[in-house]
Amino acid sequence: MTDTVSGPLTADSIAGAAYIVAALLFILSLAGLSKHEKARAGVIYGITGMVVALSATIWLTLQDAWGTGHALTGLGLLVAAVVIGGAIGLWRARVVEMTGMPELIALLHSFVGLAAVLVGWNGHLEAPELSSDLMAIHHAEVFIGVFIGAVTFTGSIVAFLKLSARMKSSPLMLPGKNAINLGALAAFIALTVWYVNDSQLWLLIVVTLLALGLGWHLVASIGGGDMPVVVSMLNSYSGWAAAAAGFLLNNDLLIITGALVGSSGAYLSYIMCKAMNRSFISVIAGGFGIAAPASKGDTDHGEHREITAEATAEMLTNASSVVITPGYGMAVAQAQYPVAELAHQLREKGVNVRFGIHPVAGRLPGHMNVLLAEAKVPYDIVLEMDEINDDLGDTSVVLVIGANDTVNPAAAEDPGSPIAGMPVLKVWEAENVIVFKRSMAAGYAGVQNPLFYRDNSQMLFGDAKQRVEDILKAF
Amino acid sequence: MAKSIGIVAELGRETRVAATPATVKQLLGLGYDVVVEKGAGEAASFRDEDYSAAGALIVGADEAWGSDVVLRVNPPTVDEIGRLAEGATLIGSLSPGLRPELVEALAARPITALALDAVPRISRAQSMDVLSSMANIAGYRAVIEAAHEFGRFFTGQVTAAGKVPPAKVLVAGAGVAGLAAIGAASSLGAIVRATDPRPEVADQVKSIGGTYLKVEVEEEMKSSDGYAKATSEAYNRRAAEIYTEQARDVDIIITTALIPGRPAPKLLTADDVAAMKPGSVIVDMAAGQGGNVEGSVAGERIVTDNGVVILGYTDLPARLPAQASQLYGTNMLNLLKLLTKDKDGQLRIDFDDVVQRSVTVVREGEKTWPPPPVQVSAAPAVKTDPGTVAESTAPKKKQGLSAAGKAGLFAAGIAMLFGINAVAPAPLPQHFTVLMLSIVVGFYVIGKVHHALHTPLMSVTNAISGIIVVGALLQVTSDNIVMQVLAAIAVLLASINIFGGFAVTRRMLAMFSAGKARS
Repeated sequence: MTDTVSGPLTADSIAGAAYIVAALLFILSLAGLSKHEKARAGVIYGITGMVVALSATIWLTLQDAWGTGHALTGLGLLVAAVVIGGAIGLWRARVVEMTGMPELIALLHSFVGLAAVLVGWNGHLEAPELSSDLMAIHHAEVFIGVFIGAVTFTGSIVAFLKLSARMKSSPLMLPGKNAINLGALAAFIALTVWYVNDSQLWLLIVVTLLALGLGWHLVASIGGGDMPVVVSMLNSYSGWAAAAAGFLLNNDLLIITGALVGSSGAYLSYIMCKAMNRSFISVIAGGFGIAAPASKGDTDHGEHREITAEATAEMLTNASSVVITPGYGMAVAQAQYPVAELAHQLREKGVNVRFGIHPVAGRLPGHMNVLLAEAKVPYDIVLEMDEINDDLGDTSVVLVIGANDTVNPAAAEDPGSPIAGMPVLKVWEAENVIVFKRSMAAGYAGVQNPLFYRDNSQMLFGDAKQRVEDILKAF
Repeated sequence: MAKSIGIVAELGRETRVAATPATVKQLLGLGYDVVVEKGAGEAASFRDEDYSAAGALIVGADEAWGSDVVLRVNPPTVDEIGRLAEGATLIGSLSPGLRPELVEALAARPITALALDAVPRISRAQSMDVLSSMANIAGYRAVIEAAHEFGRFFTGQVTAAGKVPPAKVLVAGAGVAGLAAIGAASSLGAIVRATDPRPEVADQVKSIGGTYLKVEVEEEMKSSDGYAKATSEAYNRRAAEIYTEQARDVDIIITTALIPGRPAPKLLTADDVAAMKPGSVIVDMAAGQGGNVEGSVAGERIVTDNGVVILGYTDLPARLPAQASQLYGTNMLNLLKLLTKDKDGQLRIDFDDVVQRSVTVVREGEKTWPPPPVQVSAAPAVKTDPGTVAESTAPKKKQGLSAAGKAGLFAAGIAMLFGINAVAPAPLPQHFTVLMLSIVVGFYVIGKVHHALHTPLMSVTNAISGIIVVGALLQVTSDNIVMQVLAAIAVLLASINIFGGFAVTRRMLAMFSAGKARS
């Protein structure tokens, strides 16, 4: 090998090749999640892709800066950071409760956001030597990356605080909140133009603060029940933040990965919004909370009937088929284990037990599935709303555990209801419905639920976990 | 002080009782003291021991009648009214509309009398509607009585000794009793047909296994003079034809047709009965109100000349005493719940509540019957106050806007993409190409992800979005110490994501397992 010709094997070309391989592995990783059987292999693809990408990058970095003093410092910092970060990550992943998944995921989003902000800042501090055209683009990229990253960061922090009940989950109602959001966006565009022309550090500081404030306000204005949409939206943002960093650093792997994650989050948000029959904009604008109080009329729904745990046990024993529709309340009460035991015992008795999951049940897409899986409920009896809705008419008993709006017949039957048109589990078509609930309070949407007053429904008041255990005792 | 509730024994052949041990327990929960007359539940197979185990006191007849609140199934005799204490409350099936003399007798004493069978037919009051719960039992029992008389199977069978055809049952009137009869007969395996002047019950009949026979009236009749009457005549004539046709064909007829406040309509003539096969059975559930069938006698079993059995029993609910008492007692309990809002053992009647107003026949010696008429639609499903109207129109407007808006936004987006790439210098268009293709790939891949795996999807995307570490890595060897520190922090954060995300995804996926029971 001579050094006159830049051989086909340079550090850059190897890294580039590694990036393409890594990108492909990431796509395979996501594709693996299409089936339960392939899912674990998918994670292996993901990890492999990550190892390939990181090895290539570290090698590339050291190759460039080997022998200099700051390279050693950098290497030291790098190892320390990876070890500490990795340890924290593995520790959190090990101890997290499955009911606490939404919080963890929100917190992880905030890290990506903050990392994107830091990468953006570094992009400002070390501006590459470029022609003026490219320089302008570079500046715009720094600005956009920092903005998206900062919005993701504070938005995720607020979502985390709300999900872990460290902050009131009711929406923050500032006067003219839409004007605030739009104003912040307009200010961002103005600042971008200014910064592209004159890249001052203080402009970057201003935009960072602006974005931090916007992210905070955006999520604070959204109520706890809309968190599935918010979390998936932030998932999307964290992806776009990574993609923006990719533009900034001329790195295709970052762009590809960012776009994958970004479209994943967007797709989930779309599913969630469709399941609530609401537009994405209305969720983000938090408009739902405003409409709700207007409909809290004193419509005479009638009397509800109570049932005891013993009577429920008897009804379940005599049932030929049972469908359980869990909601966020099951997660709050940590009732998934007794519920799984209940399902198991009924199946032993020959009762056909299935679970019906509404897409927005819980605080995270697929939250209920994870909780039930944790409690060892076989996944093939856990069905999606569309799969089970037609069978509910032939079901002997439906147990509604900690769900409210997702089983509200008003959505299907009362065009004046604020949740009209939202697809719901048609539990009221079953022979008997038993609703586990703490009290007669309205659900998240603030809409009274006529289901409770139906002739075929009965209420079982109290803590869901306690009540399910009572039923198990009564068998 | 808590009031006492007395469960008194019934007279004559009545087998039901106004409270069961189970409802006694709940009455105690409302704060009352409960006494039960000795032997009150015996005919319904509830022993005195069961009541005392539930917490009631077993007492003599006088003490039970002397309670503050007396629960009864049947109306009291004049004698019994005299046994009530001053200021006492009597609750039972009093049929005040049919028995004005009873209402007068009750009003002669300083007592309060509530008629459980006068509950208005609004959905809120269904849990107390004793007429419905008794009709349900009666409908079931009518089928059992018919089966008892009928000399054949209900269900069809193919046996070594030959083929058995299923019995054919006609149920006239698909009210509560009729539907119960249809359900009972079809679950015994019979072919069940039903008639009812209200075509909207067709679905209900179908849902419990019956076939609805529609009375088809010829079109031209509608255009003639006296429209309503003519239609009604044509309808009646056609209905009578259906009954005649069916009488020849079916083995069992159960009639449940009642018109409130009027004698029961005659559905089957003597000729129809004579046309039936020997061994056929008719249960006339309206026999007490004059009967739907010519020749039926209230309370009697009649056999016609051609061997058709006509049952005119009027005590069908009492023939299932334990079941009837359970439902009656629960209806009673639900009324008492309504009257004892605070669960403090104090009975209060609120005349602003239509249910409470409707059941009150006599209040403290003052006659309050008949109550003002109740609108059955007292609780409109949709309130049309301005708020609701505004709300329901708002989404429509928004949709109209967004339909045009969507197309506009889409066009603007495409134009912007084109604009940027047309003027952007070298590396940018390539980046956009990669971005666009990745988004498209992303949408297709994510769209295929199993719905149950959305949480693992989010955690795995969390992990791979930690790829931003690549950006930080490229900066960590900078000669600027500030940059190095910032980059190191970014690496640390991204590492939490990568390690935490993958680890938690693996943990979650390990939990998903397929059912073992699927063999």
